[in-house]
Amino acid sequence: MAVLNVNGKSLQANADPRTPLLWVLRETLGLTGTKYGCGIAQCGACTVHIDGVATRSCQVPLSSVSSGKKIVTIEGLAQDGKLTKIQQAWLDNDTPQCGYCQSGMIMAATALLAAKPNPTDADIDAAMTNICRCGTYKQVREAIHAAAKA
Amino acid sequence: MTIQTSLGRRGFVVGGATVAGGFSLGFSFPHATAQAAEVQEVNAWVVIKPDDTVVIRIARSEMGQGTLTGLAQLVAEELECDWSKVTTEYPTPGENVRRNRVWKNFSTGGSRGIRESHQYVREGGAAAREMLIAAAAAEWKVPASECSAANSVVKHGSGKTATYGHLAAAAAKLEPPKEVKLKDPKDWKVIGQPLKRLDTRDKLTGAMIYGIDYKMPGMLNAAVKACPVNGGKLKTFDAAKVEKMPGVKKVVSVDGNTVAVIADTWWNAKTALEKLPVEWDVGKSGNVQQDDITALLKEGLTAKEAFVGNKAGDVDAAIAGAAKKVEATYAFPYQHHVTMEPLNATVLYTADKCEVWCGTQNGEAALAAAAEAAELPVAKCDVYKLMLGGGFGRRGRADYVRQAVLIAKQMPGTPVKTLWSREEDMLHGLYHPTTMCKLTAGLDAQGNIVGLRVRISGQSILASLAPQSLQNGMDPATFQGFMPSGPEAAYGYNIPNLLIDHAMRNPHLTAGFWRGVNVNQNAVYMECFMDEVAEAAGVDPLEYRLKYLKPKYAAVLKAACDKAGYGKPLPAGHFHGISQVMGYGSYVAGVSEVSVSPDGVLKIHKITAATDPGYTVNPAQIERQIAGSFVYGLSAALYGEITVKDGVVEQTNFDSYNVMRMDEMPEVDCALVPSGGFWGGVGEPTIAVAAPATLNAIYKATGKRVRELPLMHQELKKGA
Ligand code: FES
Ligand code: FES
Repeated sequence: MAVLNVNGKSLQANADPRTPLLWVLRETLGLTGTKYGCGIAQCGACTVHIDGVATRSCQVPLSSVSSGKKIVTIEGLAQDGKLTKIQQAWLDNDTPQCGYCQSGMIMAATALLAAKPNPTDADIDAAMTNICRCGTYKQVREAIHAAAKA
Repeated sequence: MTIQTSLGRRGFVVGGATVAGGFSLGFSFPHATAQAAEVQEVNAWVVIKPDDTVVIRIARSEMGQGTLTGLAQLVAEELECDWSKVTTEYPTPGENVRRNRVWKNFSTGGSRGIRESHQYVREGGAAAREMLIAAAAAEWKVPASECSAANSVVKHGSGKTATYGHLAAAAAKLEPPKEVKLKDPKDWKVIGQPLKRLDTRDKLTGAMIYGIDYKMPGMLNAAVKACPVNGGKLKTFDAAKVEKMPGVKKVVSVDGNTVAVIADTWWNAKTALEKLPVEWDVGKSGNVQQDDITALLKEGLTAKEAFVGNKAGDVDAAIAGAAKKVEATYAFPYQHHVTMEPLNATVLYTADKCEVWCGTQNGEAALAAAAEAAELPVAKCDVYKLMLGGGFGRRGRADYVRQAVLIAKQMPGTPVKTLWSREEDMLHGLYHPTTMCKLTAGLDAQGNIVGLRVRISGQSILASLAPQSLQNGMDPATFQGFMPSGPEAAYGYNIPNLLIDHAMRNPHLTAGFWRGVNVNQNAVYMECFMDEVAEAAGVDPLEYRLKYLKPKYAAVLKAACDKAGYGKPLPAGHFHGISQVMGYGSYVAGVSEVSVSPDGVLKIHKITAATDPGYTVNPAQIERQIAGSFVYGLSAALYGEITVKDGVVEQTNFDSYNVMRMDEMPEVDCALVPSGGFWGGVGEPTIAVAAPATLNAIYKATGKRVRELPLMHQELKKGA
């Protein structure tokens, strides 16, 4: 039984230590906001923060995060129903289409803005390598710039 | 907003007591008493709660394109309701059957969501409005003609007012009007507005439930592996080798060609499946190589027999007598949908009931597939639609629903979610068909086209998915964008002598409807070739096209060129390419601005679209569809290619099937030029102009005609 620190709560996860964090979050802890898109670190749909670093959770075995590392998922961003300024910028800009990639996009953008409060387009290109099949890249970029100004 | 689904709707549907009275337009239906008290259905499309909340029922699926919001706008326009009070819900396909298809078609594809249902959903909104007005008039004992409705309030000349929430119960008991008059487009207040989507917030917090997220108490999870060669069979598997692995409950054979491991979690199921020894009978397609497919298509380019899709005059004579001949052959590969959310469905099967929770583009097809697989009457089955993590045509077919039912059937009484891995998805796609095209144009001494011959060779989608729909063997959809007439995808050029035909050549992969479908490659063929012909005639590609284009096509191409500044100076090393097409009832054009460095690095700086969809329901969402279409179309042009080795698709995941990312995203601009009087789709047509406009720009930058996609295989270096 591993004990994880997820979204500020200490949660017990009964799963094989080799299970990817993505599936522990989704299936063991019921946090389905983090998505499966490829399972091989290509798409970014599974992005969470581990000690503040945007990380593709499909590549992180449970055993490597059970030692008190701070995990934040998409469900952990808004507090008491109040969206973060990044989520708000996403809402104001009507960013998602199907929305499936957007948890990962928002987690990646949140880490980017924490490191670089005023990112350039080149910073955005470098940090935002998530795949969106609906093609929201233009709106994602606009929303990041808007959040930086907010 | 909420898309009310799953258990909530289930309670609504199966709830016992019937409330008397004709609720919907001529139909009554079973209604849970508790909910009847609070939820008042004015008609099939409109439910109004006492707190004035307006619930608009949407039959088509939302899969990212904003259809849900657009359809709600259409109903709200006629209903005269307060947009800020609008929410939506999906009726289930089962309810649609029980109510004599009151919501008509559920199928969401071919950019049809709005363009095929605008009339009856607006009529539904208008009828509900009339009933609310009649209810107020009856309450006030005044003629209905003295009352009017706006913003969810009915008013009488005397100053009396009543809210929709107050009137809904009485309105629901009234006879629906026999006829309703729809508003004149000039009076629209909601249609045409760049309103925000209704389904965004939950997509930002992780709260939106997609099929893959659906949970039920006691639910098990299945991982599946079908014979890697399409058409092959499952020979044997050794369940004993994995049955003791963590969480594994059962290993089952499905449909004679697939094996599934059912476990407590999907991860455990997948882990065991990977360890499961399986033997396949790959069948005769097991030795098909990519070269075989290429050879098959090449042969079709000159074959005698072909289905004629468009013909005028005598093309052979015209070309034989031409002063100059231009000829080129193009090729377009198989491509994959790669919806971000891999395919899945959750099924609860018992001996007398089968229920499915999934994302689907076609709820009714999913219901039919579920009933057939369950061997139960449709009346004992239902499908509860969840949000789709992308559809693009892939979720229009219910193969994954059928499979999930066949698996759950082997665990009666236990809900089972079947989820495909990305690798399974890549192997068992409904691939965008592969075709080749040979074009021959005859020019007179002045450079005018006297004849054009277009031979398409390659796969038919209908032959794969619906052979019963072939017309004397011919697949009319092959000619999308080349059709002689019609409101759908008609050819835009006036050419005196013309022959466009199709030699159908069907390799063993299953072809499917892939966002944009056959307009995509047909636009590459025609629009790139048009640049070749214009060059042979020594005329600018825009000017040359305008000589032949019908008025609406010409107007939209000019609009795109104006917006992009075509013909005006560009930054050094930048070049423009253009293209146009009609698809899905809309006229579209694109201008791509590219540069290619001396060592062959392509950069697409900007791409500009113009669209004439007749009416624009929501310009903000159309702009998003245009930008998204460019991503879809350019991803395919740059990287999209499925190849076959020993009968098996070689690409396995996003590492071998690349798509465009943020850093490659060009600036996007668009001109919306609605000319009114018709309803065109917007989810797909722009895809088709992305590749040809870009290829035409690449030619200007490099002097190299790219006639084969994807671009990643093309050497664009100077001198190469
Ligand atoms: S699922 Fe982890 S990167 Fe795609
Ligand atoms: S919004 Fe659909 S994949 Fe990004």
